Amino acid sequence: MSVQLGIFTALFVLVAALGFVAARWRRPASMHHLDEWGLGGRNFGGWVTWFLIGGDLYTAYTFIAVPALMYAAGAAGFFAMPYTVITYPIVFLPLLRLWSVSHKHGFVTPADFVRARFGSPILALLVAITGIVATMPYIALQLVGIEAVLKAMGVGGDLPLIIAFAILAAYTYQSGLRAPALIAFVKDTLIYIVIIAAVLVIPHELGGWGAIFGAAQAKFEPKGAFLLSSNNQLQYLTLAFGSSLALFLYPHSMTGVLASKNRDIIKRNMAALPAYSLLLGLIALLGYMAIAAGIKPEHGDASTIVPLLFDKMFSPWFAGVAFAAVGIGALVPAAIMSIAAANLFTRNIYVEFLRKDASHADQAKISKLASLVVKFGALAFILAMNPRYAIDLQLIGGVIILQTLPSVALGLYTRRFHKAGLIAGWVAGMLAGLWMLYTVPNPATHHAHFGGSAFNLSHLGGPDVTIYAGFVAVIVNVLVAALGTMIAHAAKLPDGVDATQGPDYHVDR
Amino acid sequence: MWHGRTVLYDARVNRSHWYWLLLVPIVLPLLTFVYNGLEPRLFGFPLFYWLQLSFVLLGSVCCWIVYVRTKS
Repeated sequence: MSVQLGIFTALFVLVAALGFVAARWRRPASMHHLDEWGLGGRNFGGWVTWFLIGGDLYTAYTFIAVPALMYAAGAAGFFAMPYTVITYPIVFLPLLRLWSVSHKHGFVTPADFVRARFGSPILALLVAITGIVATMPYIALQLVGIEAVLKAMGVGGDLPLIIAFAILAAYTYQSGLRAPALIAFVKDTLIYIVIIAAVLVIPHELGGWGAIFGAAQAKFEPKGAFLLSSNNQLQYLTLAFGSSLALFLYPHSMTGVLASKNRDIIKRNMAALPAYSLLLGLIALLGYMAIAAGIKPEHGDASTIVPLLFDKMFSPWFAGVAFAAVGIGALVPAAIMSIAAANLFTRNIYVEFLRKDASHADQAKISKLASLVVKFGALAFILAMNPRYAIDLQLIGGVIILQTLPSVALGLYTRRFHKAGLIAGWVAGMLAGLWMLYTVPNPATHHAHFGGSAFNLSHLGGPDVTIYAGFVAVIVNVLVAALGTMIAHAAKLPDGVDATQGPDYHVDR
Repeated sequence: MWHGRTVLYDARVNRSHWYWLLLVPIVLPLLTFVYNGLEPRLFGFPLFYWLQLSFVLLGSVCCWIVYVRTKS
């Protein structure tokens, strides 16, 4: 066994052990309650929340895909920076309201909130299904991250991937959200060490930052891609804005937020989480370092450049640590995502439509089983299909999760939308978003459709300028929801009853 | 509903004017014309890259000020 693989395996075994031990961490009286299994007791303090949400949002796929995008596309790939900067100030106030109303009413999922706010099981079902469908390819992509580092260490075949995921499934089943919360400490510590080492060591070996940017400039300047051009600036800022709106609509992001103890912990984290954004910015620049280091992607697959860069620039043992950081980086979000998807299934499909009288213990049991189904579904998906489809679906996932914005995010502020209007808006936003994505080709992979999220306004008779499809779709959604609300009121359609009250949104503990 | 929750009400109920400060790090990173250039460079970083990285600090500081000024 190589040094790299030895270190990778040792660290992997360590976190697996932590995952199982986590069931006894912060000793719950009983695991047979969704508040315990699915939300870790709703009692996480500042540090745990920071590691948990950071470990949740900045995934292994991010570490592989963002530099890959910089490597291939240049400046446009840097949208991750404005995206992660503006996210926290945008969600600062909405998350406080969501936390408070969820604390008061015991909500576990965003769809729970929608159910109570608009009194509509159907609208809640749409929000839940959107969340599950958007999350599944995201989980599958975490596997792509593990696969990329396994390949770099010369480990082929499906078996190692299956073993890694089986272990993950087992400890998530047993420990619930406590497992990723505890493992996140290891994951993020490793990631910080690796990236700090990378930005200190690699530029030094490549002749400094000036040389790195020089190499990137030489590659991209002839194509006009070292800075933004006049036809992708709108795409850049709408993609950053739309992605930041989407981020906390993903059910797994909310899981991390609802697991925290009180409002001040959320506020403090909005100031502290950007530390990860800085890290992400440096990670993005790994793409330029790969250009300067003369890395060529294997089989034209840009997702191999980061592992290849680590392999070339680091000593074997430290490359092993770096690979472990990425591999473990996949486990934390995969666990939280599967828990979030399982909670949606349990609360908003099983309890709502199949067994209204399910006890707390029943709900916890169903969620645990559902988390297994979700994970093995993602695994089967990756093994059976080309990972390329997972990337396409993830792209679609971002656009469709945005379609829950009127019900969930605007719903936190206003009850003026009629449930029928919101349902109509969701349908319109979905159709508009999917149609726009359908029109986007990807010349690099010879895909005629679903090749990216940059919709060209010339399809609508506008100028040759691209814009983020999700951003346009959510505008369509809101407009139709508003129009539908007016029609529903004019036609005197019965509306649902709001189970929440104004002061509920300011409750604290 | 779940039993055993302690419920307190935040007296200030999100009315603090400090929350307006959050608009700064939302708007500035979306103004592409502010940073879409090469010069001036900083430590070898072209403007486009170093300025956007430094917005992270700006966002963090603004959120921190709002937290400190509005904490319960």
